[in-house]
Amino acid sequence: MSQPNPKIKMMQGNVACAEGAIAAGCRFFAGYPITPSSEIAETMSLKLPALDGNFIQMEDEIGAMGAVIGSSLVGVKSLTATSGPGFSLKQENIGFAAIAEIPVVIINVQRGGPSTGLPTKPAQGDVMQSRWGTHGDHPAIVLCPSSVEECYFMTIRAFNLSEEYRTPVIVLSDEIIGHLTEKITIPHHSDIDIINRLKPQSDPENYLPYENTETYIPAMANFGEGYRYHVTGLVHDETGFPTNDSKKIEEQLTRLYNKIEKNHDKIIDVSEYFCDDMDTLIIAYGAVARSAKQSMLKARQEGHKVGLLKLNTIWPFPEKQIVKLCQNIKRIIVPEMNFGQLAHEIEWATRRAIPIIKYNKINGEPITPLDIYNILINRK
Amino acid sequence: MDYLNYLRKDKMPHIWCDGCGHGIVLKSILRTVDKLGWDKNEIALISGIGCSSRTPGYVDFNTLHTTHGRALSFATGIKISKPKMHTIVVSGDGDATAIGGNHFIHAARRNMDINLIIFNNNIYGMTGGQCSPTTPTGKFASTSQFGNPDSPFDISRLAEAAGASFVARSTAYHFAKTDKYIEMAFRKKGFCVVEVLSPCPTAYGRRNKSTGKVGHEMLKDQKENSVPIERARKMKPEELKDKYITGVFIDRDVPDYFEHYNEVKKRAKLK
Repeated sequence: MSQPNPKIKMMQGNVACAEGAIAAGCRFFAGYPITPSSEIAETMSLKLPALDGNFIQMEDEIGAMGAVIGSSLVGVKSLTATSGPGFSLKQENIGFAAIAEIPVVIINVQRGGPSTGLPTKPAQGDVMQSRWGTHGDHPAIVLCPSSVEECYFMTIRAFNLSEEYRTPVIVLSDEIIGHLTEKITIPHHSDIDIINRLKPQSDPENYLPYENTETYIPAMANFGEGYRYHVTGLVHDETGFPTNDSKKIEEQLTRLYNKIEKNHDKIIDVSEYFCDDMDTLIIAYGAVARSAKQSMLKARQEGHKVGLLKLNTIWPFPEKQIVKLCQNIKRIIVPEMNFGQLAHEIEWATRRAIPIIKYNKINGEPITPLDIYNILINRK
Repeated sequence: MDYLNYLRKDKMPHIWCDGCGHGIVLKSILRTVDKLGWDKNEIALISGIGCSSRTPGYVDFNTLHTTHGRALSFATGIKISKPKMHTIVVSGDGDATAIGGNHFIHAARRNMDINLIIFNNNIYGMTGGQCSPTTPTGKFASTSQFGNPDSPFDISRLAEAAGASFVARSTAYHFAKTDKYIEMAFRKKGFCVVEVLSPCPTAYGRRNKSTGKVGHEMLKDQKENSVPIERARKMKPEELKDKYITGVFIDRDVPDYFEHYNEVKKRAKLK
C-alpha cells in the first residue's frame, strides 16, 4: 500500500522512538516493563512480529541487555529501552557492548531518582550515569531528544552511529518527551539515510575483529558468516583473544578511546537559536530545551538579547561548540532537572570565565518557560 | 576423530588444573559435534565467567565469552535472531545457578531452543574455592571454613521443574553416558540441560577429603557413588546420602519457544 509522502501524524514520544527504530532497520527488541518507557516495548511487541522481527520480554533488565548484544552479533539491529532503575541494571552489559564493540541502542526515558525514585515524574538525573555508568574507561555517545520528531530521528541516528562506530549508543529521553503527544512528519523510508556496519573484506583466515585501523573502527563480521572469531569482555588484542600484554592493552584501549575522541566533529550535534547577537546564552537539552526556547522567544520580543544552544548530543561533550559562543556574552543560564550535572561540565569548558546561573528543579515538576523567563529578567 | 579439527591449537595450554574434569566434558561436546557433522560456522558456543566459561576460547566455533551468569541471555538473542545457529552454552554451577539463576529458570520456562552444558564442580574454582549453590551442606570452602551452612540446589531437578524439554546428569567419570546425553540434547528441540559433575581437586577435593584429594580419587568417588535415576527412585532418602543420581531426568516433547512465537507472527500478519 502506498502512503502519502511524507506522512503527518500525531504521535507519542515513546512510540516515535519505536517507529524510528523500525525505520532504522531494527528487527529485535528485548526489554523489561518499566515506567515511563513501557510504550516503547509495547509498540515493538505490536509491530515487530508482522515484519518478521522478534520481540521478547526478558526476565530482567540485565537479560534484556544481554539479548540485544547477542542479536546484534548475528547481524540484526537491536534495541532495548528502560528507565532509571533498569538503566542501572543494564550498565554491566553496556560495558560489555563497549569493549566488545557490538552496536546496540539503549533508550533511557529518565524519571526521578535515585533508586525507585519518582516513577511517573520527569528528571534529568542520569546525565552522568549515561556517560560513566559502567565501570572502566569506555566511549559514550548520548543523544537527547526534545520533541516527538526528535525521538524518531534521533533513534534512527542512534542506530546509524552505533553501526558506524561499533559502539552502544544511548538515547537519553525523559518522562515529559516520552509521554508527550504532538505532530510529527515522517518521511518516506527512501528519504531516510541508513548506515550499516562495515563488513570485512579479508578472508576469514586473515580477519582481525579488533584491528587497529586508521579510522580506529575495525570491520565487523557477524556470527555465522564464516568468520569464526572470539568475542570477550576481557581486554583482548586485535585477534579478539584475551591479553595481559601491557603494550597490546594500551593499544586496544587507546583505539577504543580514539574511536569517539577523534570523531567529535562528526558525532556532536547542537542547534543554535539567535546566537549571533546575544549577551545571554541559555544551554539546555531534552524537555527543558522546549521551555528554554519559549522563554527565549518571549524575552527576545521584549528586546532582551538572549540566545539558546540546544544540545542534541550531550556526550561526547560539545566543549568546542560552547566555547565558540562564549566570546561576547555576559552570562550563561543552564536550566536542568537535576542539581547541575551538565552545568559542571559547562563551568569546566568555559573555565568559569563567564558567570553561570544554574537553575535546578528536582521536585518532579517540569521546568516551565516562565521559570526560565523569570531568571532571564530578574537575575543579573 | 581428530580433536584438533575443533580446537584452537595456538590457545593451548588451557588454564584447567591437573585432575580437573572440564577437559573430559569438552571432549564429550566435541565428539558429539563431530558425530552429528555440524558445520563449525553454524555453531555458537557461549559462556559466562569462571573456569568452565573459558571453554569457548579453546574451540574453533563462533565463540562468545560474556559477563558473569549472563550467557543464556546473550544466547537467547543469538538464537532468536539466527535460529539455524546451533546454540550451545557452557556454564559452571555458580555461573548458571547463582548469579545467572534467573536467566537459567526463565530460559527453561520459555523452552528456548538452547543446549546448556553445566560443568558442576560444587565450587567457585577460578576465584579460589568459595562455596557455590551446589556445595553440599557442611562441606568446606574458602568462605565456609567451618562447614557450609547453606542447602545446595539440585540443578537437574530445578531445570526439570522450570520447564526444560530435556534434562540429564552425568559425571566426568561416566564419559560415554555424557556423550549419549549431549547427543540426545543436541538432537532435541527446546531447552536441553546436561549437568556433568566435574571434579575440582584444587579448590574442592583438597578441602573435602571425603570425595578424594586428587583427580583420579575424585573420579573413583564418582564411579563408586553414582546411582542411576531408575534405581534411585526405589531407594530411601537416607540411602541416597552422598550419592550422585545420574541419568535422564526428563525427556518430553513439548512445544519450544519458536513454535509459539511463529504462531504470534502468523496472527500479527493477519491483522
